[in-house]
Amino acid sequence: MSQNLSSANSYLSQKKVVTSAQEAVSDIASGSVLLVGGWGGIGVPTYLLEAIRELAPKNLTIASNNCGMGDPGDIGVLFAAQLVKKAITTFPVHNGAQEFRQEYDRGELEVEVTPQGTLAERLRSAGSGLGGFYTPTGYGTELGEGKEVRVIAGKNHIFEEALYGDFAIIRAAQVDELGNLRFNYAGRSFSPLMAMAAKVTIVEAEEILPAGTFHPDDVHLPGIFVDRIFEIPKSGLEK
Amino acid sequence: MSGMIGWDKQSHAREVLALLKPQSYVNLGIGMPGLISSLIGDHDEIYLHCENGITGYRDLREGELPNTHIIDAASKPVGLIPGASVVAHDLSFAIARGGRLDATVLGAYQVDSEGNFANWKTPGSPIAGVGGAMDLAVGAKEVIIMMKHLGKNGERKILHRCSFPLTAHQVVDYIVTEFASMRLVDRKLEILNLAPGVTRESLQEITEPELIFAPATATQKI
Repeated sequence: MSQNLSSANSYLSQKKVVTSAQEAVSDIASGSVLLVGGWGGIGVPTYLLEAIRELAPKNLTIASNNCGMGDPGDIGVLFAAQLVKKAITTFPVHNGAQEFRQEYDRGELEVEVTPQGTLAERLRSAGSGLGGFYTPTGYGTELGEGKEVRVIAGKNHIFEEALYGDFAIIRAAQVDELGNLRFNYAGRSFSPLMAMAAKVTIVEAEEILPAGTFHPDDVHLPGIFVDRIFEIPKSGLEK
Repeated sequence: MSGMIGWDKQSHAREVLALLKPQSYVNLGIGMPGLISSLIGDHDEIYLHCENGITGYRDLREGELPNTHIIDAASKPVGLIPGASVVAHDLSFAIARGGRLDATVLGAYQVDSEGNFANWKTPGSPIAGVGGAMDLAVGAKEVIIMMKHLGKNGERKILHRCSFPLTAHQVVDYIVTEFASMRLVDRKLEILNLAPGVTRESLQEITEPELIFAPATATQKI
């Protein structure tokens, strides 16, 4: 009991705020599994991606809906710097995913294409202490080949495994000092699930606010899932 | 191909819209189905869901400033209707996979009489993206395929059996091309509407599954 209380206290006094993107990502080692937020060019953690590019860990496995949309500072920077060994993704073929495509064509990239809802649920499973789930999505298709099949409620389902990350990097709109945060519209997408599925979750936010700013009912992702927070320079919000 | 012209893009999209029921929740795939959002009026009570978690989006109005965080499946800036909502991807796909969508409209390379369709990968392409298509196809109450009737080189796309990698197995309810609106019933295609100048015979020449007329349609068209 007393042990629980003391760990709760240490949670409350934990310093999650870091002063730079470089500091926030400094322990991302080569070979890490990196969950990268963003969907269709929205909610992409561009500052953290740039800091990782500078740090240059090698042989990363990344999970991300897209593999680049041609936007400055998006996940394409990791492919351009040849830091990625494997990509787990739903839609890597956007015209803007040129850096991804170059790496793929060089034969240096393993790619696992996953249906979008399946990627979301694989992350949610990992974050929820579950080993995986059965889904009808992908049954009878190339993406279901070799997977365990079970008939549930008269319908064919395939088994999909939980997807665990070492680090999640996500963009938020506002975060308080305890890591409670809110997103902007479609900037939410995969980010809460990635935060749940990773051992360490790193957030870049447009604004860091005092604890208590948000009404508890209005928190999109509670700070218990968040380890480090970094405030984007005001001048960079349009980036 | 016997000089058939068929519906223009707008009329083609209107044929699909005619299949959508009032007070329904609908997901529009990227490509051709994206045309439909511009035709939905405030009073149609058709609510659009997007994979990104937004339910209740609409096309931007003329002169309306876009919000960079509000986009559709093709990353096109859109607006929100009063009563729109936003959730994360787990709930968004609970909506898609959990049977809450009344319909999804998806493009396709091929579709067949078994109700299978292929829309994510062409044979021999080393890499392709699937996005949310497989989840939408298994989850929506009705799957409407919107596509050109023939391929770029005149090849048939409505087949007895798809040869391209499948998106989903036995899910298709309707196929709407620039030539006809059709419903899949017992491995046959029931014609719901034909574009001007298109006959059942001319359509059958370019369609593998057997075409049939529903009694009401037959009366109207003959």
